Amino acid sequence: MGLQTFMQHLANGISLGSLYALIAIGYTMVYGILRLINFAHGDIFMMAAYLAFFGMTIFSMPWYVAFIMVIVVTVILGILIEKAAYRPLRDAPTSSVLISAIGVSFLLENLATFLFSGKPRAFPTFETMTYSLDMQGVSVQVLTIIVPIVTLIILFILLFVINRTKLGMAMRAVSKDYEIAKVMGIKINNIIAYTFAIGSALAAIGAFLWGMKYPQVSPLMGVMPGLKCFIAAVIGGIGNIKGAVLGGFILGLAEVLLVAFFGQLTGYRDAIAFILLIIILLVRPTGLLGEKTAEKV
Amino acid sequence: MLKIEDLKVSYGGIEAVKGISLEVPENTIATLIGANGAGKSTVLRSIVGLVKPVSGDISFNGESITGLTSDQIVSRGITLVPEGRRIFPNLTVLENIKIGAYMRKDDLSEDIAWMNDLFPRLKERSWQLAGTLSGGEQQMLAVARALMSKPKLIMMDEPSLGLAPLVVKGIFDIIKEIHKQGMTILLIEQNANLALKAADIGYVLETGSIVMQGEGKELLKDQSIREAYLGKSK
Repeated sequence: MGLQTFMQHLANGISLGSLYALIAIGYTMVYGILRLINFAHGDIFMMAAYLAFFGMTIFSMPWYVAFIMVIVVTVILGILIEKAAYRPLRDAPTSSVLISAIGVSFLLENLATFLFSGKPRAFPTFETMTYSLDMQGVSVQVLTIIVPIVTLIILFILLFVINRTKLGMAMRAVSKDYEIAKVMGIKINNIIAYTFAIGSALAAIGAFLWGMKYPQVSPLMGVMPGLKCFIAAVIGGIGNIKGAVLGGFILGLAEVLLVAFFGQLTGYRDAIAFILLIIILLVRPTGLLGEKTAEKV
Repeated sequence: MLKIEDLKVSYGGIEAVKGISLEVPENTIATLIGANGAGKSTVLRSIVGLVKPVSGDISFNGESITGLTSDQIVSRGITLVPEGRRIFPNLTVLENIKIGAYMRKDDLSEDIAWMNDLFPRLKERSWQLAGTLSGGEQQMLAVARALMSKPKLIMMDEPSLGLAPLVVKGIFDIIKEIHKQGMTILLIEQNANLALKAADIGYVLETGSIVMQGEGKELLKDQSIREAYLGKSK
Protein backbone atom coordinates (compact mmCIF):
# COMPACT_ATOMS: atom_id res chain seq x y z
CA MET A 1 0.00 0.00 0.00
CA GLY A 2 1.40 3.36 -1.01
CA LEU A 3 1.75 6.32 1.27
CA GLN A 4 -1.01 8.15 -0.56
CA THR A 5 -3.52 5.36 -0.06
CA PHE A 6 -2.53 5.14 3.57
CA MET A 7 -3.05 8.87 4.06
CA GLN A 8 -6.41 8.49 2.40
CA HIS A 9 -7.48 5.82 4.85
CA LEU A 10 -6.01 7.76 7.73
CA ALA A 11 -8.11 10.80 6.83
CA ASN A 12 -11.22 8.64 6.59
CA GLY A 13 -10.45 7.00 9.92
CA ILE A 14 -9.96 10.32 11.68
CA SER A 15 -13.16 11.63 10.16
CA LEU A 16 -15.19 8.61 11.24
CA GLY A 17 -13.51 8.71 14.63
CA SER A 18 -14.59 12.32 15.08
CA LEU A 19 -18.19 11.39 14.48
CA TYR A 20 -17.92 8.61 17.04
CA ALA A 21 -16.31 11.05 19.44
CA LEU A 22 -19.17 13.54 19.17
CA ILE A 23 -21.71 10.91 20.13
CA ALA A 24 -19.47 9.26 22.72
CA ILE A 25 -19.22 12.55 24.62
CA GLY A 26 -22.97 12.41 25.21
CA TYR A 27 -22.69 8.95 26.74
CA THR A 28 -19.78 9.83 28.92
CA MET A 29 -21.20 13.10 30.25
CA VAL A 30 -24.50 11.54 31.28
CA TYR A 31 -22.64 8.64 32.85
CA GLY A 32 -20.38 11.04 34.71
CA ILE A 33 -23.33 12.75 36.35
CA LEU A 34 -25.96 10.03 36.74
CA ARG A 35 -23.91 6.83 36.56
CA LEU A 36 -26.36 5.89 33.82
CA ILE A 37 -25.66 4.44 30.40
CA ASN A 38 -28.21 6.36 28.40
CA PHE A 39 -29.14 3.67 25.90
CA ALA A 40 -31.55 6.06 24.22
CA HIS A 41 -28.66 8.26 23.11
CA GLY A 42 -28.20 6.46 19.79
CA ASP A 43 -31.89 6.87 19.09
CA ILE A 44 -31.79 10.56 19.94
CA PHE A 45 -29.08 10.69 17.28
CA MET A 46 -31.46 8.92 14.87
CA MET A 47 -34.29 11.35 15.63
CA ALA A 48 -31.90 14.24 14.97
CA ALA A 49 -30.99 12.73 11.60
CA TYR A 50 -34.69 12.49 10.68
CA LEU A 51 -35.26 16.06 11.81
CA ALA A 52 -32.45 17.19 9.55
CA PHE A 53 -33.83 15.11 6.70
CA PHE A 54 -37.37 16.48 7.00
CA GLY A 55 -36.13 20.00 7.60
CA MET A 56 -34.14 20.05 4.40
CA THR A 57 -36.49 18.03 2.18
CA ILE A 58 -40.15 18.58 3.06
CA PHE A 59 -39.66 22.00 4.64
CA SER A 60 -36.84 22.84 2.23
CA MET A 61 -34.89 24.80 4.80
CA PRO A 62 -31.41 26.00 3.91
CA TRP A 63 -28.86 23.76 5.64
CA TYR A 64 -27.85 26.32 8.26
CA VAL A 65 -31.47 26.90 9.30
CA ALA A 66 -32.04 23.15 9.43
CA PHE A 67 -28.81 22.76 11.42
CA ILE A 68 -29.96 25.17 14.13
CA MET A 69 -33.50 23.75 14.15
CA VAL A 70 -32.15 20.21 14.58
CA ILE A 71 -29.97 21.22 17.51
CA VAL A 72 -32.79 23.08 19.25
CA VAL A 73 -35.40 20.35 18.79
CA THR A 74 -33.00 17.55 19.73
CA VAL A 75 -31.99 19.40 22.90
CA ILE A 76 -35.67 19.73 23.82
CA LEU A 77 -36.18 16.04 23.10
CA GLY A 78 -33.21 15.09 25.28
CA ILE A 79 -34.43 17.21 28.19
CA LEU A 80 -37.97 15.82 27.87
CA ILE A 81 -36.69 12.24 27.92
CA GLU A 82 -34.68 12.98 31.04
CA LYS A 83 -37.69 14.57 32.71
CA ALA A 84 -40.16 11.85 31.79
CA ALA A 85 -38.08 8.69 31.98
CA TYR A 86 -35.15 9.31 34.33
CA ARG A 87 -36.07 12.03 36.80
CA PRO A 88 -38.94 10.09 38.43
CA LEU A 89 -36.41 7.33 39.11
CA ARG A 90 -33.82 9.57 40.72
CA ASP A 91 -33.83 7.65 44.00
CA ALA A 92 -34.39 4.25 42.41
CA PRO A 93 -31.60 1.67 41.93
CA THR A 94 -29.39 2.25 38.87
CA SER A 95 -30.70 -0.86 37.17
CA SER A 96 -34.24 0.57 37.12
CA VAL A 97 -33.02 3.68 35.34
CA LEU A 98 -31.06 1.53 32.92
CA ILE A 99 -34.19 -0.44 32.05
CA SER A 100 -36.05 2.82 31.59
CA ALA A 101 -33.33 3.94 29.18
CA ILE A 102 -33.69 0.75 27.15
CA GLY A 103 -37.45 1.33 27.13
CA VAL A 104 -36.99 4.85 25.77
CA SER A 105 -34.66 3.43 23.13
CA PHE A 106 -37.29 0.94 21.91
CA LEU A 107 -39.97 3.60 22.10
CA LEU A 108 -38.04 5.97 19.85
CA GLU A 109 -37.11 3.26 17.36
CA ASN A 110 -40.68 2.06 17.05
CA LEU A 111 -42.11 5.55 17.06
CA ALA A 112 -39.81 6.42 14.17
CA THR A 113 -40.80 3.27 12.28
CA PHE A 114 -44.45 4.10 12.85
CA LEU A 115 -44.22 7.76 11.95
CA PHE A 116 -41.61 7.74 9.21
CA SER A 117 -41.96 4.11 7.98
CA GLY A 118 -39.11 1.64 8.09
CA LYS A 119 -38.01 2.47 4.58
CA PRO A 120 -34.56 4.09 4.46
CA ARG A 121 -34.51 7.50 2.84
CA ALA A 122 -31.81 9.47 1.11
CA PHE A 123 -30.28 12.26 3.14
CA PRO A 124 -29.75 15.42 1.08
CA THR A 125 -26.11 16.10 0.24
CA PHE A 126 -24.46 19.24 -1.02
CA GLU A 127 -21.79 19.78 -3.59
CA THR A 128 -19.70 21.90 -1.24
CA MET A 129 -19.39 19.09 1.28
CA THR A 130 -18.81 16.17 -1.07
CA TYR A 131 -16.41 18.10 -3.27
CA SER A 132 -13.10 16.28 -3.38
CA LEU A 133 -9.91 18.18 -2.78
CA ASP A 134 -6.76 16.83 -4.28
CA MET A 135 -3.98 17.14 -1.74
CA GLN A 136 -0.75 15.86 -3.29
CA GLY A 137 -2.42 12.88 -4.79
CA VAL A 138 -4.63 12.19 -1.78
CA SER A 139 -8.21 12.95 -2.62
CA VAL A 140 -10.16 14.07 0.42
CA GLN A 141 -13.75 15.24 0.61
CA VAL A 142 -14.34 18.64 2.18
CA LEU A 143 -16.56 16.91 4.72
CA THR A 144 -13.77 14.58 5.79
CA ILE A 145 -11.73 17.62 6.80
CA ILE A 146 -14.59 19.56 8.35
CA VAL A 147 -15.75 16.80 10.69
CA PRO A 148 -12.56 16.54 12.80
CA ILE A 149 -12.25 20.33 12.93
CA VAL A 150 -15.81 20.68 14.21
CA THR A 151 -15.18 17.94 16.77
CA LEU A 152 -12.00 19.54 18.08
CA ILE A 153 -13.61 22.98 18.35
CA ILE A 154 -16.49 21.47 20.29
CA LEU A 155 -14.10 19.57 22.53
CA PHE A 156 -12.25 22.77 23.43
CA ILE A 157 -15.44 24.66 24.13
CA LEU A 158 -16.69 21.80 26.25
CA LEU A 159 -13.48 21.51 28.25
CA PHE A 160 -13.60 25.25 28.82
CA VAL A 161 -17.17 25.07 30.07
CA ILE A 162 -16.43 22.14 32.35
CA ASN A 163 -13.15 23.36 33.79
CA ARG A 164 -13.57 27.11 33.82
CA THR A 165 -17.21 28.02 34.38
CA LYS A 166 -19.52 27.91 37.36
CA LEU A 167 -21.83 25.50 35.52
CA GLY A 168 -18.90 23.17 34.85
CA MET A 169 -17.79 23.36 38.46
CA ALA A 170 -21.30 22.40 39.55
CA MET A 171 -21.30 19.52 37.05
CA ARG A 172 -18.05 18.17 38.42
CA ALA A 173 -19.32 18.53 41.97
CA VAL A 174 -22.61 16.76 41.23
CA SER A 175 -20.76 13.93 39.50
CA LYS A 176 -18.70 13.30 42.63
CA ASP A 177 -21.18 13.82 45.47
CA TYR A 178 -24.67 14.90 44.52
CA GLU A 179 -25.90 15.00 48.10
CA ILE A 180 -23.31 17.51 49.24
CA ALA A 181 -23.75 19.38 45.97
CA LYS A 182 -27.37 19.83 47.04
CA VAL A 183 -26.23 21.20 50.39
CA MET A 184 -24.13 23.75 48.48
CA GLY A 185 -27.42 24.99 47.05
CA ILE A 186 -26.87 23.44 43.62
CA LYS A 187 -30.14 22.48 41.96
CA ILE A 188 -29.02 19.11 40.73
CA ASN A 189 -32.02 18.58 38.47
CA ASN A 190 -31.04 21.67 36.52
CA ILE A 191 -27.45 20.51 36.24
CA ILE A 192 -28.62 17.11 34.98
CA ALA A 193 -30.91 18.81 32.45
CA TYR A 194 -27.96 20.89 31.18
CA THR A 195 -25.94 17.72 30.82
CA PHE A 196 -28.63 16.09 28.71
CA ALA A 197 -28.95 19.29 26.70
CA ILE A 198 -25.24 19.30 25.87
CA GLY A 199 -25.20 15.59 25.05
CA SER A 200 -28.23 15.93 22.79
CA ALA A 201 -26.81 18.97 21.03
CA LEU A 202 -23.66 17.01 20.23
CA ALA A 203 -25.73 14.05 19.01
CA ALA A 204 -27.61 16.48 16.77
CA ILE A 205 -24.41 17.89 15.30
CA GLY A 206 -23.10 14.34 14.90
CA ALA A 207 -26.30 13.24 13.15
CA PHE A 208 -26.10 16.14 10.73
CA LEU A 209 -22.53 15.35 9.76
CA TRP A 210 -23.21 11.62 9.72
CA GLY A 211 -26.11 12.14 7.32
CA MET A 212 -23.85 13.96 4.91
CA LYS A 213 -21.18 11.28 5.14
CA TYR A 214 -23.51 8.29 4.97
CA PRO A 215 -26.50 9.82 3.19
CA GLN A 216 -29.28 7.59 4.42
CA VAL A 217 -31.72 7.76 7.32
CA SER A 218 -33.67 4.86 8.80
CA PRO A 219 -35.31 4.16 12.18
CA LEU A 220 -32.57 1.77 13.28
CA MET A 221 -29.64 3.87 12.06
CA GLY A 222 -28.82 4.87 15.65
CA VAL A 223 -28.40 1.37 17.00
CA MET A 224 -24.95 0.47 15.68
CA PRO A 225 -23.38 3.93 16.02
CA GLY A 226 -24.95 4.14 19.48
CA LEU A 227 -23.37 0.88 20.58
CA LYS A 228 -20.03 1.74 19.04
CA CYS A 229 -19.91 5.17 20.63
CA PHE A 230 -20.80 3.68 23.97
CA ILE A 231 -17.85 1.34 23.46
CA ALA A 232 -15.68 4.31 22.47
CA ALA A 233 -16.63 5.99 25.74
CA VAL A 234 -15.74 2.85 27.70
CA ILE A 235 -12.42 2.46 25.88
CA GLY A 236 -11.47 6.04 26.72
CA GLY A 237 -12.65 5.67 30.30
CA ILE A 238 -16.31 6.37 30.83
CA GLY A 239 -17.02 9.63 32.59
CA ASN A 240 -13.99 11.28 31.00
CA ILE A 241 -14.65 13.61 28.06
CA LYS A 242 -11.15 13.55 26.65
CA GLY A 243 -11.32 9.78 26.98
CA ALA A 244 -14.50 9.65 24.93
CA VAL A 245 -12.84 11.61 22.14
CA LEU A 246 -9.75 9.43 22.31
CA GLY A 247 -11.90 6.29 22.27
CA GLY A 248 -13.83 7.63 19.29
CA PHE A 249 -10.65 8.25 17.31
CA ILE A 250 -9.20 4.86 18.21
CA LEU A 251 -12.37 3.10 17.17
CA GLY A 252 -12.74 5.03 13.92
CA LEU A 253 -9.13 4.50 12.94
CA ALA A 254 -9.14 0.84 13.93
CA GLU A 255 -12.21 0.17 11.84
CA VAL A 256 -11.05 1.97 8.72
CA LEU A 257 -7.43 0.85 8.83
CA LEU A 258 -8.14 -2.78 9.61
CA VAL A 259 -10.51 -3.03 6.69
CA ALA A 260 -7.98 -1.21 4.51
CA PHE A 261 -5.10 -3.50 5.41
CA PHE A 262 -7.03 -6.73 5.59
CA GLY A 263 -9.64 -6.54 2.87
CA GLN A 264 -10.88 -10.03 3.66
CA LEU A 265 -12.01 -8.79 7.11
CA THR A 266 -14.46 -6.26 5.66
CA GLY A 267 -17.40 -8.35 6.85
CA TYR A 268 -16.12 -8.13 10.43
CA ARG A 269 -16.01 -4.36 10.41
CA ASP A 270 -18.63 -4.01 13.13
CA ALA A 271 -17.03 -6.70 15.26
CA ILE A 272 -13.85 -4.68 15.74
CA ALA A 273 -15.50 -2.38 18.26
CA PHE A 274 -16.61 -5.32 20.37
CA ILE A 275 -13.24 -7.03 20.20
CA LEU A 276 -11.60 -3.81 21.36
CA LEU A 277 -14.16 -3.56 24.16
CA ILE A 278 -13.37 -7.06 25.39
CA ILE A 279 -9.63 -6.40 25.30
CA ILE A 280 -9.99 -3.12 27.19
CA LEU A 281 -12.25 -4.66 29.81
CA LEU A 282 -9.72 -7.42 30.37
CA VAL A 283 -6.60 -5.28 30.41
CA ARG A 284 -7.74 -1.95 31.75
CA PRO A 285 -11.34 -2.03 32.99
CA THR A 286 -11.42 1.68 33.86
CA GLY A 287 -10.52 2.61 30.27
CA LEU A 288 -7.48 4.42 28.92
CA LEU A 289 -8.05 7.72 30.73
CA GLY A 290 -10.46 6.40 33.33
CA GLU A 291 -10.21 7.53 36.90
CA LYS A 292 -8.92 5.19 39.49
CA THR A 293 -11.64 4.05 41.81
CA ALA A 294 -9.59 4.21 44.98
CA GLU A 295 -9.44 7.65 46.47
CA LYS A 296 -8.07 9.23 49.56
CA VAL A 297 -10.97 10.08 51.83
CA MET B 1 -32.85 30.86 65.87
CA LEU B 2 -33.29 27.19 64.99
CA LYS B 3 -36.20 25.39 66.58
CA ILE B 4 -37.08 21.75 66.17
CA GLU B 5 -40.38 20.44 67.49
CA ASP B 6 -41.28 16.79 67.84
CA LEU B 7 -39.17 15.71 64.86
CA LYS B 8 -39.65 12.13 63.70
CA VAL B 9 -37.56 10.59 60.92
CA SER B 10 -37.70 7.04 59.59
CA TYR B 11 -35.49 5.07 57.24
CA GLY B 12 -37.36 2.23 55.58
CA GLY B 13 -39.74 1.73 58.48
CA ILE B 14 -37.14 2.07 61.21
CA GLU B 15 -37.56 5.14 63.33
CA ALA B 16 -34.17 6.79 63.63
CA VAL B 17 -35.37 9.94 65.35
CA LYS B 18 -38.30 9.49 67.70
CA GLY B 19 -39.79 12.90 68.24
CA ILE B 20 -37.09 15.23 69.45
CA SER B 21 -37.35 18.91 70.25
CA LEU B 22 -34.43 21.25 70.55
CA GLU B 23 -33.54 24.86 70.17
CA VAL B 24 -30.42 26.69 69.11
CA PRO B 25 -30.58 30.34 70.22
CA GLU B 26 -28.80 32.99 68.19
CA ASN B 27 -25.08 33.45 68.86
CA THR B 28 -24.64 30.27 70.82
CA ILE B 29 -22.76 27.05 70.33
CA ALA B 30 -25.17 24.20 70.86
CA THR B 31 -24.08 20.62 70.82
CA LEU B 32 -25.80 17.35 70.27
CA ILE B 33 -23.86 14.45 71.71
CA GLY B 34 -24.55 10.77 71.66
CA ALA B 35 -23.16 7.39 70.72
CA ASN B 36 -22.95 5.88 67.26
CA GLY B 37 -26.37 5.35 65.73
CA ALA B 38 -28.15 7.62 68.21
CA GLY B 39 -29.58 9.61 65.28
CA LYS B 40 -27.38 12.69 65.44
CA SER B 41 -26.53 12.85 61.75
CA THR B 42 -30.14 12.15 60.83
CA VAL B 43 -31.21 15.27 62.70
CA LEU B 44 -28.73 17.38 60.72
CA ARG B 45 -29.69 15.73 57.46
CA SER B 46 -33.32 16.56 58.00
CA ILE B 47 -32.50 20.17 58.87
CA VAL B 48 -30.76 20.68 55.51
CA GLY B 49 -33.52 18.85 53.63
CA LEU B 50 -31.60 15.72 52.65
CA VAL B 51 -34.17 13.51 54.38
CA LYS B 52 -37.84 14.26 54.73
CA PRO B 53 -39.15 13.97 58.28
CA VAL B 54 -42.21 11.84 58.95
CA SER B 55 -43.63 14.49 61.24
CA GLY B 56 -42.63 17.45 63.32
CA ASP B 57 -41.55 20.93 62.47
CA ILE B 58 -38.22 22.64 61.87
CA SER B 59 -38.24 26.41 61.90
CA PHE B 60 -35.50 28.90 61.30
CA ASN B 61 -35.84 32.50 62.47
CA GLY B 62 -39.53 31.90 63.02
CA GLU B 63 -40.18 30.50 59.54
CA SER B 64 -40.94 26.83 59.00
CA ILE B 65 -38.39 25.18 56.72
CA THR B 66 -39.79 21.66 56.96
CA GLY B 67 -40.13 20.09 53.53
CA LEU B 68 -38.19 22.79 51.70
CA THR B 69 -35.53 21.72 49.22
CA SER B 70 -31.88 21.95 50.23
CA ASP B 71 -31.16 24.98 48.06
CA GLN B 72 -34.09 26.85 49.61
CA ILE B 73 -32.84 26.00 53.07
CA VAL B 74 -29.24 26.96 52.30
CA SER B 75 -30.39 30.27 50.85
CA ARG B 76 -31.98 31.07 54.23
CA GLY B 77 -28.58 30.92 55.88
CA ILE B 78 -28.04 27.37 57.08
CA THR B 79 -25.00 25.36 56.11
CA LEU B 80 -23.55 21.97 56.92
CA VAL B 81 -20.02 20.73 57.43
CA PRO B 82 -20.75 17.08 56.74
CA GLU B 83 -19.43 14.07 58.52
CA GLY B 84 -16.25 12.74 56.93
CA ARG B 85 -15.58 16.19 55.37
CA ARG B 86 -16.90 15.24 51.93
CA ILE B 87 -15.02 17.95 50.15
CA PHE B 88 -15.09 17.55 46.36
CA PRO B 89 -11.84 15.67 45.69
CA ASN B 90 -11.95 16.36 41.95
CA LEU B 91 -12.15 20.12 42.42
CA THR B 92 -9.23 22.33 43.38
CA VAL B 93 -9.02 23.76 46.87
CA LEU B 94 -10.02 27.18 45.58
CA GLU B 95 -12.96 25.71 43.66
CA ASN B 96 -14.14 23.95 46.79
CA ILE B 97 -14.09 27.30 48.57
CA LYS B 98 -15.93 28.97 45.72
CA ILE B 99 -18.57 26.28 45.42
CA GLY B 100 -19.57 27.01 49.00
CA ALA B 101 -20.70 30.38 47.68
CA TYR B 102 -22.57 28.82 44.76
CA MET B 103 -25.80 30.63 45.52
CA ARG B 104 -24.20 34.03 46.03
CA LYS B 105 -24.20 36.52 43.21
CA ASP B 106 -21.99 39.16 44.88
CA ASP B 107 -18.23 39.56 44.82
CA LEU B 108 -16.38 36.80 46.64
CA SER B 109 -12.89 38.24 46.81
CA GLU B 110 -13.30 39.66 50.31
CA ASP B 111 -14.47 36.36 51.73
CA ILE B 112 -11.82 34.37 49.90
CA ALA B 113 -9.27 36.67 51.50
CA TRP B 114 -10.90 36.01 54.87
CA MET B 115 -10.58 32.24 54.30
CA ASN B 116 -6.94 32.65 53.35
CA ASP B 117 -6.51 34.52 56.57
CA LEU B 118 -8.33 31.93 58.64
CA PHE B 119 -6.68 28.95 56.92
CA PRO B 120 -3.24 29.90 55.59
CA ARG B 121 -2.58 26.23 54.75
CA LEU B 122 -5.38 26.27 52.23
CA LYS B 123 -4.03 29.37 50.55
CA GLU B 124 -0.72 27.63 49.90
CA ARG B 125 -2.58 24.78 48.29
CA SER B 126 -5.31 26.61 46.44
CA TRP B 127 -4.46 25.06 43.05
CA GLN B 128 -4.10 21.53 44.33
CA LEU B 129 -6.91 19.04 43.90
CA ALA B 130 -8.72 18.85 47.22
CA GLY B 131 -8.46 15.04 47.22
CA THR B 132 -4.71 15.36 47.79
CA LEU B 133 -5.07 17.24 51.08
CA SER B 134 -4.50 15.60 54.46
CA GLY B 135 -7.48 14.80 56.68
CA GLY B 136 -7.02 17.89 58.83
CA GLU B 137 -6.65 20.15 55.82
CA GLN B 138 -9.76 18.63 54.28
CA GLN B 139 -11.67 19.40 57.47
CA MET B 140 -10.50 23.01 57.34
CA LEU B 141 -11.56 23.14 53.71
CA ALA B 142 -14.99 21.78 54.60
CA VAL B 143 -15.34 24.54 57.21
CA ALA B 144 -14.12 27.19 54.77
CA ARG B 145 -16.53 25.94 52.13
CA ALA B 146 -19.41 26.18 54.57
CA LEU B 147 -18.44 29.69 55.69
CA MET B 148 -18.40 30.93 52.10
CA SER B 149 -22.18 30.76 51.92
CA LYS B 150 -22.28 33.51 54.56
CA PRO B 151 -24.40 31.38 56.84
CA LYS B 152 -26.23 32.48 59.95
CA LEU B 153 -26.14 28.96 61.33
CA ILE B 154 -23.32 26.53 60.69
CA MET B 155 -23.85 22.88 61.56
CA MET B 156 -20.87 20.60 62.01
CA ASP B 157 -21.11 16.85 61.98
CA GLU B 158 -18.27 15.18 63.87
CA PRO B 159 -15.53 17.63 62.91
CA SER B 160 -13.01 15.81 65.11
CA LEU B 161 -13.59 12.39 63.59
CA GLY B 162 -10.41 10.60 62.61
CA LEU B 163 -8.11 13.53 63.23
CA ALA B 164 -5.00 13.75 65.39
CA PRO B 165 -5.52 15.46 68.78
CA LEU B 166 -3.47 18.47 67.76
CA VAL B 167 -5.52 18.92 64.60
CA VAL B 168 -8.72 18.54 66.61
CA LYS B 169 -7.58 21.32 68.88
CA GLY B 170 -6.96 23.49 65.83
CA ILE B 171 -10.45 22.78 64.52
CA PHE B 172 -12.04 23.67 67.86
CA ASP B 173 -10.02 26.89 68.01
CA ILE B 174 -11.51 27.78 64.66
CA ILE B 175 -15.01 26.91 65.84
CA LYS B 176 -14.55 29.27 68.79
CA GLU B 177 -13.07 31.90 66.50
CA ILE B 178 -15.99 31.92 64.06
CA HIS B 179 -18.38 31.89 66.99
CA LYS B 180 -16.68 35.00 68.28
CA GLN B 181 -17.33 36.59 64.92
CA GLY B 182 -21.05 36.17 65.50
CA MET B 183 -21.88 32.78 64.03
CA THR B 184 -24.41 30.43 65.58
CA ILE B 185 -23.14 26.87 65.68
CA LEU B 186 -24.76 23.48 66.07
CA LEU B 187 -22.10 20.92 66.77
CA ILE B 188 -22.45 17.18 66.68
CA GLU B 189 -19.79 15.18 68.41
CA GLN B 190 -18.88 11.83 69.79
CA ASN B 191 -16.10 13.55 71.63
CA ALA B 192 -18.46 14.71 74.38
CA ASN B 193 -15.79 16.19 76.57
CA LEU B 194 -14.52 18.54 73.90
CA ALA B 195 -17.98 19.44 72.65
CA LEU B 196 -19.50 20.17 76.06
CA LYS B 197 -16.54 22.33 77.04
CA ALA B 198 -17.02 24.49 73.97
CA ALA B 199 -20.82 24.58 74.05
CA ASP B 200 -23.30 26.90 75.70
CA ILE B 201 -26.11 24.34 75.50
CA GLY B 202 -25.90 20.59 75.21
CA TYR B 203 -28.40 17.93 74.25
CA VAL B 204 -27.82 14.25 74.81
CA LEU B 205 -29.33 11.95 72.20
CA GLU B 206 -29.86 8.26 72.89
CA THR B 207 -31.43 5.91 70.34
CA GLY B 208 -33.47 8.64 68.72
CA SER B 209 -34.62 10.53 71.82
CA ILE B 210 -33.19 13.41 73.78
CA VAL B 211 -32.57 12.10 77.28
CA MET B 212 -30.94 15.13 78.81
CA GLN B 213 -30.32 18.76 78.10
CA GLY B 214 -28.74 21.70 79.83
CA GLU B 215 -25.82 24.08 79.88
CA GLY B 216 -22.67 22.57 78.50
CA LYS B 217 -20.72 22.96 81.70
CA GLU B 218 -23.56 21.57 83.79
CA LEU B 219 -23.78 18.45 81.65
CA LEU B 220 -20.05 18.02 81.89
CA LYS B 221 -20.43 17.66 85.66
CA ASP B 222 -23.36 15.29 85.44
CA GLN B 223 -22.55 11.86 86.85
CA SER B 224 -24.46 9.77 84.32
CA ILE B 225 -22.94 11.66 81.41
CA ARG B 226 -19.49 11.29 82.84
CA GLU B 227 -20.01 7.56 83.00
CA ALA B 228 -21.70 7.09 79.66
CA TYR B 229 -19.75 9.47 77.45
CA LEU B 230 -16.62 10.59 79.17
CA GLY B 231 -15.43 7.25 80.37
CA LYS B 232 -14.98 8.53 83.91
CA SER B 233 -16.38 6.91 87.00
CA LYS B 234 -16.52 8.50 90.43
